[in-house]
Amino acid sequence: MILAKVVGTVVASQKNDGITGGKYLLVRACDTRGREKGEYLVALDLVGSGRGEVVLISQGSSARQTEFTYQKAIDCVIVGIVDRIEENGQVVFRKEEGR
Amino acid sequence: MILARVVGTVVSTRKEEKIKGIKFLLLEKIDPVTLQGKGDYLVAMDCVGAGKGEIVFYVSGSSARMTAITEGKPSDAAIVAIVDEIEVDGKVVYQKDAVVTT
Repeated sequence: MILAKVVGTVVASQKNDGITGGKYLLVRACDTRGREKGEYLVALDLVGSGRGEVVLISQGSSARQTEFTYQKAIDCVIVGIVDRIEENGQVVFRKEEGR
Repeated sequence: MILARVVGTVVSTRKEEKIKGIKFLLLEKIDPVTLQGKGDYLVAMDCVGAGKGEIVFYVSGSSARMTAITEGKPSDAAIVAIVDEIEVDGKVVYQKDAVVTT
């Protein structure tokens, strides 16, 4: 998985039949401190993430291993909202403060 | 999924039997904030009837075979949505069919 920050939303009414419904968020890869850097992705949100939150992104065929995305044309999902990141014994990100 | 703009079409008459009758569109990846093209192109199979100039998002890898059109076909990129609106940090940066006032 990669760490990413939720930076916005993507609305698309005309979608392939398999992936109607669901909330698509714009996320950007971030470092362990929650600072945005790197590519933008459109991710299907399965856990009710909000803007500014750091989340866990799963990509590729693994993105289809959930009840909602099983055999669907999806390759990027948010599978978790990050509360805390500890690196080398130090807490480098905490949900509220990290925003 | 990755955001891109439909910038053209690709026609191939001599091709693998299984992918006959499928429309190929030329996509350019875009920066979602500036909407500028990143000079990074790919060819994707159209599964939603996307038109030139429209912003879409596509799936790649095995997920690209999870649509009725691309199932069981040698497809690793499929356009699955036409984007109506992109909002970044609370600001709408893109709206389909909005008159662009520069």
